[in-house]
Amino acid sequence: MSTQRVFVVDGARTPFLKARGSLGDFSASDLAVAAARPVLARLPFSPTLFDEVIVGCMIPAPDEANIARVIALRLGCGKSVPAYTVQRNCASGLQALSNARERIALGRADLILAGGTEAMSRAPIQWNAAMVTWLAGMMRAKNLLQRVRAIARFRPANLKPVFTLLLGLTDPLVKLNMGQTAEVVAHRFGISRAQMDEYALASHQRLAAAFDAGDMNGEITHLYDTRGHAYFEDTGLRRDTDLDQLAKLRPVFDRQYGNVTSGNSSQVTDGAAMLVLASEAAVQKHGLLVLGELLGEEWAGVEPSQMGLGPVHAVAKLLTRFRLGMNDIDHMELNEAFAAQVLGCQAAWSSDEYARTELGLERAPGPMNPERLNPQGGAIAIGHPVGSSGARITLHLLRSLQRRGGGTGIATLCIGGGQGGAMLVKVEGTHTASAAGGVA
Amino acid sequence: MSFRHWRVDDQNNISTVTLDVEGANANTLSHEVLDELAKILDRLAARELEGVIIRSAKGSFIVGADVNEFRQISDSSQAADLARSGQHLLNKLAGLPFPSVAVIHGHCLGGGLELALACRYRVAREDEGTRLGLPEVRLGIHPGFAGTVRLPPLVGDFTALNLMLTGRTVSARQARAMGLVDQTVPERYLLRAAEVLIAKRPKPKRARWWRRVPPWQWLRKPLRRLVERSVRAKANPDHYPAPYRILDLWQQHASQEDEARSLGELLAGRTSRNLVRVFLLGEELKRRGKKHPHGIERVHVVGAGVMGADIAIWTASRGFAVTLQDRHPEILARAMQKAHAFYRKKLKQPRAVQEAMDRLMPDLRGDGLARADLVIEAIVENVDAKRGLFTDVEARVRPTTLLASNTSSIPLEEIATALKDPARLVGLHFFNPVAQMQLVEIVRGAQSGEDALNRARGFATALDRLPLDVKSSPGFLVNRVLMPYLIEAMKLVEEGVPLAEIDGAALDFGMPMGPIRLADTVGLDICLSVAEELSGPLNIQVPQRLRNMVAAGQLGIKSGSGFYQYDARGKPTKGGSREPRNEPITERLILRMVNESVACLREGVVADLDSIDAGMVYGTGFAPYLGGPMRYADTLGDVGIRASLDRLAEEYGQRFQPDAGWLQRELFQR
Repeated sequence: MSTQRVFVVDGARTPFLKARGSLGDFSASDLAVAAARPVLARLPFSPTLFDEVIVGCMIPAPDEANIARVIALRLGCGKSVPAYTVQRNCASGLQALSNARERIALGRADLILAGGTEAMSRAPIQWNAAMVTWLAGMMRAKNLLQRVRAIARFRPANLKPVFTLLLGLTDPLVKLNMGQTAEVVAHRFGISRAQMDEYALASHQRLAAAFDAGDMNGEITHLYDTRGHAYFEDTGLRRDTDLDQLAKLRPVFDRQYGNVTSGNSSQVTDGAAMLVLASEAAVQKHGLLVLGELLGEEWAGVEPSQMGLGPVHAVAKLLTRFRLGMNDIDHMELNEAFAAQVLGCQAAWSSDEYARTELGLERAPGPMNPERLNPQGGAIAIGHPVGSSGARITLHLLRSLQRRGGGTGIATLCIGGGQGGAMLVKVEGTHTASAAGGVA
Repeated sequence: MSFRHWRVDDQNNISTVTLDVEGANANTLSHEVLDELAKILDRLAARELEGVIIRSAKGSFIVGADVNEFRQISDSSQAADLARSGQHLLNKLAGLPFPSVAVIHGHCLGGGLELALACRYRVAREDEGTRLGLPEVRLGIHPGFAGTVRLPPLVGDFTALNLMLTGRTVSARQARAMGLVDQTVPERYLLRAAEVLIAKRPKPKRARWWRRVPPWQWLRKPLRRLVERSVRAKANPDHYPAPYRILDLWQQHASQEDEARSLGELLAGRTSRNLVRVFLLGEELKRRGKKHPHGIERVHVVGAGVMGADIAIWTASRGFAVTLQDRHPEILARAMQKAHAFYRKKLKQPRAVQEAMDRLMPDLRGDGLARADLVIEAIVENVDAKRGLFTDVEARVRPTTLLASNTSSIPLEEIATALKDPARLVGLHFFNPVAQMQLVEIVRGAQSGEDALNRARGFATALDRLPLDVKSSPGFLVNRVLMPYLIEAMKLVEEGVPLAEIDGAALDFGMPMGPIRLADTVGLDICLSVAEELSGPLNIQVPQRLRNMVAAGQLGIKSGSGFYQYDARGKPTKGGSREPRNEPITERLILRMVNESVACLREGVVADLDSIDAGMVYGTGFAPYLGGPMRYADTLGDVGIRASLDRLAEEYGQRFQPDAGWLQRELFQR
């Protein structure tokens, strides 16, 4: 069966706003609307022409059930455009792009708005099970005596809240939180605290340089709250940090002996990234300018306690399928969940033994050139609003490749629960890598 | 027997009487409609029915009496008879031997609400479109179909007074909370609710005892004085008698007959006649605007200063998709803050606020230009800046996009030279504050195409504003007429007249704000730039004091100091005391406006007398009870005015020279 080519024609993201310990100013749908609105305004077709809207979101607010539909309607796509939400933890945004890409490749759609959004600061806090049971007892109590008895069953422990965000960031089976899985990876490959901190510092410096050079202008849309503030930059970016400051931070996950700190981990943030995907026919019909092409994606499973190594497997599968080597990749965006995990992936790609035992390959694919890996920083400086990161790195990858005059790139993330996802993209231009034309 | 305006259907022994006024968009209670209803009621009364339901087949229930019929009233006894026959009819309705239910959706105003009040029960559709109220006071009258009698027992005395004195409308939900309606239900249950009320016949609603005031004079007299104090702050009793008549009727616990007589006097009086005329002028502007399809969905506003932001905020609130562009993100941020505060106040419901905010996109890069149907420019008043902007804009918009400038003083033709297709440029001149000032001047440049003008007219009407055609000449209509008045006020300041004296004189005349306060509010820098723009063509002498103040950074309220000093909350300091003087302050202020109006008429800035009155009342709030400057001139008589102008010219200078237009009789034909 022949497949259609799938293009990204435009996209934007909001600045990512660091969670400050209380509800952020924007709900997840507010963020997605703010990201997509300017894109829809400048595209030459009406948003009612979308075939579908697909949005990744890990923890939508209770009043945003099927948040994709909420976003579609708020954007003026109209009642006739169907919409659905996908959840694949940290890769929800990439999953949305993947679903959209497949629909268009199959010829079942021509225009899809897809992306991801997350307001981590607004993750609900819930009653615990004891409290719910007690409340149910209160409701059932009919007369005074029953009511008094029900009240008497109350225990102060009932008031202990359940933080859905913490639960969401903890593996439901092996019961390690995401930071602890990074500690496991660090231990396995012998990655030191100093290496992590150095990597984290570079992330901030690279992002700051990108902002200063104006490279983020095309990608970031300004965000305006209702109190007269405008946001231009990611608020987690620390232009003033250095190795000394990073070294002073205490480990937050394995508090006694660990190395993973808030400084060398991705930040809890709110943000959204939205992209417009189009078929070749739609590009021609509406005269759209093409940003780049989505060639395909791979997903892989790993040990849940080492979920940070997911990209190692997903990228290996992707390279094999498209008959590419690591050297053919001009630019890679590997989501920086943790510095330890990014460095762990590089170590695994470098290891022949890992390749033989875990990837089923003869030889190691080799590490990604560090200069071309997250060259403008990543989630450590920008933040990792889980549902949107996949869309953000894909968008940034495309814009970066366009800026360098074309090329082949990979956007990849590790996924809580022990998975990895990777998307191969190509941007036409003066400089194009040799072998990116393969079709699965 | 069938009727022209009513339809009667019987089902299960319930009669449904539906009003669908022939050949009209909305139901009004004209003579004919009331006569037919009287016949219907007579016949229903003779039958053994379970009940009667009264409803409307239009988008609204009943929007009130037929205001056009007011113009045929010649004297107070005739007007009182009109009220008596209406009262008689509604008493018939109230006296039916079986229950009656008014089923209300959309607007239920004035006589329409009084009709509903005569029913035993009222059911209203619970949505944003349903509004109930007694806005008669805005036309200089009060309810005349026994509304002043039936309302207080139903909602309580103070609520009733509040509704009648302010003329405000309330939503279905508010109406239920105050007892004005018995139930509010969604559209799908309107008839069901009416049928259940008829079947169950619950006791009709009455206000609880603590919300009623017994009709004892010793009690009502002091209470009336209390209420009157707040009424006086809003309406001068010499100009607007109606609110005081409402208080009289309430204090005396008046009968229907008292109400009819009082209404008769008001209807035949000057204030009501002028207010009705002004209202009809507004309706006429709306009607003219509605004729033109505008084909506009997406509006791009450039410049997020006070005017640009307000235009964008208002436009989005009327359902358009709006992009608001400015070079400075901080200014956009302020505009979004203002928008949110405005929508919260106006729309209240969180989802409605969200929808409006989603329609208003801050747009630093001008992304909205690509698909805009209309671009409104509201940047600094500088020809070169505007030309540069329109050159850029024209290159980025579609060929069908309508272009408009909100300039207040720059001739459109000069801006249009920047365009390849100058015919698409018109002026859309809004007034500050946009949400309150109903007028929009549709400025016709020599190069403006008729199609572009028509779209602009239609668009202004869709914004619920009143489009007034004006020629592109310095200051157009409103600013041009206003400027001599402001300059004269500043001259008086220079002559040493206390500020309170000047502003007080204008307020006594009936202006909504004194000229000095107005200048401070608008901003002295803006006043100066408009004055300078007009100084050449109109031969206006710009007061040196104004130049000095602007140079010193005294710009009015926004800088904390202008002619008045302002505290942190924008409240002005006292402007001296008022004492009797010989200076003809009012005459000097007002006659300059009247004289300039005639000049506009002579030069064809607007089409006719009515346009001047509509423009000045809706654009500046010129004493509505006087009906506008030309109506006022008509009242005084042109010979007298010319004599006054001659006298003032002799004493104060050539600026009072009567305009040549006073001698051209044909200009004054209505």
